[in-house]
Amino acid sequence: MASSSRGRGTLSETADVSLSGDSNTSMDPHRVTVPTASESHLSSEVRLSGTTEEVRRAPGIGYFLGRYAIFFVLAVLIFFFQSREPAFFRINNLLSVLQSVAVVALLGIGVTVTLAVDGFDLSVGSIAAFTLMLTSYAMVVLQFNAAQTVVLALLTGAMIGLLNGLLIVWLRIPDLLATLGTMFLLAGLQLIPSAGRSITVGLNLPDGSVATGSFDPAFLALGRSKLWGSVPLPVVIVALLACLFWFLMEKTRWGRVFYAVGGNETAAYLAGAAVKRYRILAYVISATLAALGGIFVAARVGRGDVFAGSSLLLDSVAAALIGFAVLNQRRANVVGTAVGAVFVGIVLNGLTMLNVPYYTQDFVKGLVLVGALALTFGIGRGRR
Amino acid sequence: MPASSHHDIPSLQLVDICKAYGPVRVLNQARISVRQGEVVALMGANGAGKSTLAKIAAGVVEPDNGQILVAGKEVRLASPRIARQHGIVIVHQSTNELGAPGLSVAENLVLDDLCAGTFGTLAGKRKVKQRAKAVAAGIGLELDIEQDFEELGPAHRQLVAIARAVATKAAVLILDEPTASLSAGEAARLFAVVDRLRGLGVGILYISHRLEDIRRLADRIVVLRNGRIVANQVCPLDLPAAIKAMIGRDLDAIGREHKGPSSGKAVLTLRQVRLLPGAPKFDLTVATGQVLALTGALGSGKSRLLGAIFGLTRIVEGEIVLSERIWQPRGPQEAIAAGVFMAGEDRWRSSLLPPATPGGDIAGTIAFPHRRRWFPTGLVDESREQLAAQQSIRALGIRCRSSRDTLDLLSGGNQQKVVIARWQAASYRLLLLDEPFQGVDVGARRDLITAIRTGPPDSATLVATSDVEEALEVADLVAVMRNHTVAGLYDLRNGDSASFLAAISVVEHDETSDLERAVL
Repeated sequence: MASSSRGRGTLSETADVSLSGDSNTSMDPHRVTVPTASESHLSSEVRLSGTTEEVRRAPGIGYFLGRYAIFFVLAVLIFFFQSREPAFFRINNLLSVLQSVAVVALLGIGVTVTLAVDGFDLSVGSIAAFTLMLTSYAMVVLQFNAAQTVVLALLTGAMIGLLNGLLIVWLRIPDLLATLGTMFLLAGLQLIPSAGRSITVGLNLPDGSVATGSFDPAFLALGRSKLWGSVPLPVVIVALLACLFWFLMEKTRWGRVFYAVGGNETAAYLAGAAVKRYRILAYVISATLAALGGIFVAARVGRGDVFAGSSLLLDSVAAALIGFAVLNQRRANVVGTAVGAVFVGIVLNGLTMLNVPYYTQDFVKGLVLVGALALTFGIGRGRR
Repeated sequence: MPASSHHDIPSLQLVDICKAYGPVRVLNQARISVRQGEVVALMGANGAGKSTLAKIAAGVVEPDNGQILVAGKEVRLASPRIARQHGIVIVHQSTNELGAPGLSVAENLVLDDLCAGTFGTLAGKRKVKQRAKAVAAGIGLELDIEQDFEELGPAHRQLVAIARAVATKAAVLILDEPTASLSAGEAARLFAVVDRLRGLGVGILYISHRLEDIRRLADRIVVLRNGRIVANQVCPLDLPAAIKAMIGRDLDAIGREHKGPSSGKAVLTLRQVRLLPGAPKFDLTVATGQVLALTGALGSGKSRLLGAIFGLTRIVEGEIVLSERIWQPRGPQEAIAAGVFMAGEDRWRSSLLPPATPGGDIAGTIAFPHRRRWFPTGLVDESREQLAAQQSIRALGIRCRSSRDTLDLLSGGNQQKVVIARWQAASYRLLLLDEPFQGVDVGARRDLITAIRTGPPDSATLVATSDVEEALEVADLVAVMRNHTVAGLYDLRNGDSASFLAAISVVEHDETSDLERAVL
């Protein structure tokens, strides 16, 4: 019998399977498949995966490859870009990479939180774009000052997140569909106040009058000022927020609840977690962070450009999913998302500096994403 | 071998079957035979080896040792297909494996032919329907064969699977817990079909621990305990003796083992509680230091009662009193805060997190429900968490490498220990356990029972289990549930075990007669 000479972990597991066969309703994948497997040699193989013995083995090369692959690839890329274009590794260029990465990382962190509760927020790109138009409109047409504008934008973002959360939790619309709906809704809504035009100083309004407001310099400073003479303010703020959310998700009991809700909603509920509240909160966080991202974009470009932010969704989702592979976490995590955002930023910046045509960018991003996913779910799988 | 007449040769004989998974002997010299037109009931507690024996007979599993004889000739059943060629067919327990959803009932009825390629190249609708009707008629099954298999209830799925099995000219049909997911009325239909098959000369190996089924159908009872055949009764059947053999020990001894305090303070009192509209009212009291088992068939209201106490559902009428106060929790959060803990049925659904989840390891699983008290600042206190995990691992003898192991690395018994340890890691007033021995081997069950019986002072425990043996082993008091009410309460400490067992048989018997009246 193939199964007669296995190690300890195998034995206890096997025994359990055979002894409990007559009333087994467990949902554990190992345990469901084994009793019904008709070929005994096959079932012994099934048993082998996930035994303690297998993990006891010294971590092999596959383990390190899975854990550090992203960093390795990143180093190779930097080396490559640097050798082809010496300007690449200059501090100013790297800071400009970070500048572009900041907004992507911010949205990616929001997506990460929704992924943690086993949801998905497809509307982050639209929320950022919508906020860009909203802030521009608020200042140019409604003549709000910087503080009023920022508060309005963040509150609106939170409300959109609340809407997403309620659609998903109360009406039980699947998360992808609900946020897809919101995404189209906002993409359409942002065009209406300015009749489809970009919002700039001196905008002609649909009623024939001319807008008299302008961008508050204090608002523009949010996106344009630099600390210590070189580090863009958004980069610093996003770095702080990333630390905050890393701490929240990894080190606090609230983070545990977010992940528990995503891992097994029933179990979380039966252990006393306010499942619905956490689910809604995840979308509120995601949308609020996306709105902040929109503020940064608006403050940097200084006009409400209709098509700005169109690539934000793809980039931030890619960052969050690449994050699965970082340190072989195999789950959404804040550090991974930040690394993923930097990764995407460096790839795009490097290719731009090498004069690779802009229209190949989405293809390259898709390639990076698929590669990262293959790495996460392919190489490390045997260790599960 | 003395072959006196053709009729005496059993259709199927398993002789001295041994099977071990590693050091665990699941079957030890087990013998069983099934003759033409005979219904043999195979009884045994969880883990006794019933299913393994059935799988060996059906060619799903091969024995380490022993002989299999079909109509007197030794055969090797290397696969279910070969077993089927020898006329032995098994109908599995899980209703999900009984057919192919998405196909019509008619297509399912002729599925074996379709899959084996013996149907012919053209499977036109008319031809399929014609054949399917013939297959259904084989067991007198009447239903709309054009509907999707998915729309069928569990009973009809079961019957379709049986019709398929019979159509293959099965000489021996193995039914593995066929009534496990059937209502009483549906079970009656199944019994009628079994009777009909018996009349046709099909030998039936009927695996069940439902006394009702066995009383109604069995010509012979074979009892399996720890992999050995411990009883082989022919008519007249003595069910209490069979149960005794299944449990394998002196019933009076059970009473002596349990020495809980006889008159502690009441922890939980149910007064005139009605669980469902139309269900009878009942009272129930559990006192400090007591373990009370709720037992009864599937759907008798055990889980619902636990759920009502934990705040998952509301009772229709009556009141629940917890430590002299009216208890109406709005949900698990409130219940846990008040010291009422519950470990639900099916640990992977109700308690455990997937391996990649933060907090999905042993320490995290144990800490999760107590996070507010253990981590008051919000920051996860690793040392607090580790300490609790280490204590649990020692107290329950959880076999693991470290407290950071994810749960999928543990055996079923150890997983269940973590689930119990989680709720025993903090002090509670009332612990509710729904089927805590599900998928747990015998050794781990003993550890679990010890743990359950040593709760904090001034606490009480309620255990819901459909297994009579488990109820006897773990509890001081046993409440038998039927139709969402408590039909009887037995104090095992006063030597009520025997009367409890008698009552169980009577209760189930009542149910059968009610049901037969309803069907007629």
